[in-house]
Parts: sequence; C-alpha cells; structure tokens
Amino acid sequence: MNKIIITVVGKDTVGIIAKVCSYLADNSINILDISQTIVSGYFNMMMIVDMSKSSADFMNVSDSLEKLGEEIGVVIKCQREEIFDSMHRI
Amino acid sequence: MININEVSETNEMIEKENLDVRTITMGISLFDCISSDLDTLNKNIYEKIYNSAKNLVQTGEDIAKEFGIPIVNKRISVTPIALIGSAACKTSDDFVTIAKTLDKVAKDVGINFLGGYSALVSKGMTEADRLLIESIPKALSETDVVCSSVNVGSTKTGINMDAVRLLGDVIVETAKATKDNDSAGCTKLVVFCNAPDDNPFMAGAFHGVTEADRIINVGVSGPGVVKTALEKVRGENFEVLCETIKKTAFKVTRVGQLVAKEASDRLGVPFGIVDLSLAPTPAIGDSVADILHEIGVEHAGAPGTTAALALLNDQVKKGGAMASSYVGGLSGAFIPVSEDQGMINAVNAGALTLEKLEAMTCVCSVGLDMIAIPGDTKSTTIAGIIADEMAIGMINQKTTAVRLIPVIGKKEGDTVDFGGLLGFGPIMSVNKFSCDEFVNRGGRIPAPIHSFKN
Repeated sequence: MNKIIITVVGKDTVGIIAKVCSYLADNSINILDISQTIVSGYFNMMMIVDMSKSSADFMNVSDSLEKLGEEIGVVIKCQREEIFDSMHRI
Repeated sequence: MININEVSETNEMIEKENLDVRTITMGISLFDCISSDLDTLNKNIYEKIYNSAKNLVQTGEDIAKEFGIPIVNKRISVTPIALIGSAACKTSDDFVTIAKTLDKVAKDVGINFLGGYSALVSKGMTEADRLLIESIPKALSETDVVCSSVNVGSTKTGINMDAVRLLGDVIVETAKATKDNDSAGCTKLVVFCNAPDDNPFMAGAFHGVTEADRIINVGVSGPGVVKTALEKVRGENFEVLCETIKKTAFKVTRVGQLVAKEASDRLGVPFGIVDLSLAPTPAIGDSVADILHEIGVEHAGAPGTTAALALLNDQVKKGGAMASSYVGGLSGAFIPVSEDQGMINAVNAGALTLEKLEAMTCVCSVGLDMIAIPGDTKSTTIAGIIADEMAIGMINQKTTAVRLIPVIGKKEGDTVDFGGLLGFGPIMSVNKFSCDEFVNRGGRIPAPIHSFKN
C-alpha cells in the first residue's frame, strides 16, 4: 500500500470531484476514502488514495494534479500519508 | 485512518504558521583527508565533501515535495578545520586556502552554508588553533558560505581567557574586513562554551570529533505554530500553558524525526539527532518574542521575560524529547535579535537591552545571538562580553554562545540590514565602562568545583 493524501481547497464549483476522480482513474490510482466539507462557500476535500498500482510516479501525479487544480481554480496538494501519521498518531 | 481535521491542522501549520524543517545538515568527518601537503589536503577535502553530499540538495527537495513540508536549508558541517589542517598549514594564509576550498565545494553541491571552520580551544591552543583563529577575518571576508566557530570554554575545562581575548580582536578585524557589507562577516562567526558536537544550526555547526564518518542531523522549527496554539489558551493557568507548548513541540518534532529518517535512508547516511529548536526568522509570525508576548509580557525584556523563556525552553524540550529517538544539538528557544521581528520591536521600544538578553541566555538554548553593536566598540569590551557569556555556560553546564556584530561606521540607534534569514536590526547600546585589565590578565579561568564528578 502506497497511501497518498490529496487535498483540494478552493472556491466551490461544478465538477471538482469528477475531474480529480477521472484523472485518478486514468492513472489506476485507487480511492480509499473521501471526505469533504464546504465552509462559507469554500470547498475543502481530502482523499486518501493508494498509488501502488499507479501508472505514473508520485512527482508526475503531484505536478499533474497541481496543474489540474489551476485549471479548475482550486489548490490541489499531494502529500505522502506519513507526515500526518507522524504528527497525529503515536 | 487520518481524518480531514488532522490533515487541515497539519497543512495550516505549514501554510499559515510557518512550520518548516529548518535544516538538514550532513556532518562529514574530514579526518581521512589529512595530509601534510596542503594541495593534497585541499584536493582530498573537496572530493570527500563533494562525493558525500552531491545528492543532499536534491534529496532534500524531493522529501519536501513528497511530504508537502518546506525544508528551508540544506547544509554541511565538517570536522573542525584547525585539526584537519594542523599538519599542512604553516601560516594563517594556508588555512584560508582551505576556507576557499570549502566555499567552492559548498557552492558546487548547492548548499547555502557550510560550518566547521572551527577550533576547539576550551583549555589551550595549539599553534594550528592559533593560526586558524587568526585567519578567520580573512577567511570570512574572502568566502561567502563558510561559517566559523570557536569553542573557548567548557564546564569540564574552564575558560581559555587567552582565546577569549584573541577573539575580541578577531571579531573586530572580521568586522573591518567586511565593513563594506555592514560587517556581515561577523554573522558567520560564533564563540561557544560547551559547544555541542552535533549542532545542525549555523553559524555554529561543526562535525564533532566523537561523531561517525557521516551523519544526518535535522533542525526543526515552528515558533509560529507554538504562538498560534497559545492564542487558544489565553488567560488559562500555567499548567494549561505548559501542556499546550509540550503538545505542540511534540507534533513539530515528529515531522523533524520523519524527515531525518527519510533523508538518512535515501542518502545512506546514519541518522544522528533532531535538534528541537524554536528558531525564529524575520518573517512576520515566526518569532520567539511573539510567543513571550503571548505568554503574557508586553514586550520581550519586560519583567517576567526570563521566567517565560525558561518555561518555554523546558516545555519545548519535554514535548520534543518524546517525539524523537535521538535529540541533541542546541535544542530549545533561540533568541537572536536581528532574525526575530518581535525582538527588534522590543529593542526599538526600549524594552530589551543587552544586559536583559544576557540574563535570558541563562535559560535559553544558546546565547547572545545576532546582536549588532556600535562599530567603535573596543575589542577588550567584546572579549569581556564573551567572558561573561562563557561563564554563564560554564557554571550552568549549558551551551552558551556569542555572535556579536560590531558594525563599522554605525552607532547606537542606527539600523543595519544583513538580508535574508539573517534579518536586520537596530544597533544596541553597549556598557561603556572598561574591562581592559580583566581581559588582559591572560591564562585561563579554572573549571568550576561542580565539574569534578569523577
């Protein structure tokens, strides 16, 4: 398992999840969990994905999603899960 | 599984509160470079450092990208050059050639500072130690990224007052040699008591003689994170205050530990320590003085400041120590003046003086750091200030350090700007009474009675 956390933050608009998910599907990246909130019009989503069967490497996925975010007008970040595990789990 | 609130908390620390890994510092032993031929020595040093650290910067950048945490600096520390050059260097200028080699290799591997142009003279000086110390003004004025430090005292050995006196002169000479640049050479020179062997922070980093061939040390930071956490407990009692600092320090240090392990694995270099420091930068919100203010003093320097700093320093260590398998270095709160906007404001408001800073160094992790003083300050006065600070370290069995910058051509009340991480600040007032007869006595101050524990 190669878990990555994808966060999407920005102004809510139609099709954010669809666009991110279709990119992930195209690259054989499996979604394990999605949670999402909207706070005063701002869209805040977190996805936990498994990249172990991904056709692209981390750097490529990270750069592509960042670019996709710019197109939609949101900020998309990819981070390895370990940083959150380290900070919040003993 | 990690939830959205935890992810948001971490990313807010990074994006809004300046959480970062301040430095990955690779310590490199140069003992196997020693030669009695100066050219061979310089060649060996270049090759050892280049081959050890050629992937350091790229590895740091990769880790930063994958975890989404900024790793601000990638640096190198080396074995004190006074030891490495002792067989080959017959003059101070010979030592300067090594400084230039270090400068070149540092730039070639892409790091921003290299520490270890150093001498360990806490009890006595060899001829090589003396030559190196005398070469510091030239070495620092003719290189860009080389940092120098001299350990002039320890709890076990006492204080080498000959070295203290000499360094008073060296600091003034370094200031003069870099006077066109606001005497910035002095920002790269630290005088220590009880210098740690594994400090990753500049300008005082060197690779101690007790260390392995190569080692990865990591310095974390996060004054802004602590300050934000404390904003949520305003008015609460000391128990709540201390618990909040501890928990925050724990979280910050866990990130440092992760990065250190990852860097160590990828570079194939053993993990040394995580240095649990609150290292401020001139960025707004990244200030130790702001934490002191949040704890409850109007400005750093107001009555209560030393107690507030003492508890802050201790809680950072308590929280951080639980989060890392090995801690070391300087570990604690740094209180530099020019690198901390809150400290600068306190000086400008008249709340913070050199004497109060000296008191604060009794309980902080380092000492009188990045303090600009009038350019006409006598070298004996600088030596006296160093001696005071070294005495605090020696008696209290802690690391203390002095990094003073006598800015040539400037006087009290003027402002100096060193740029970047080194920041800017006001020229602080120095006590004008003489200590000439004291520092000119020569010899050494014996080790304190409580050092005899055998």
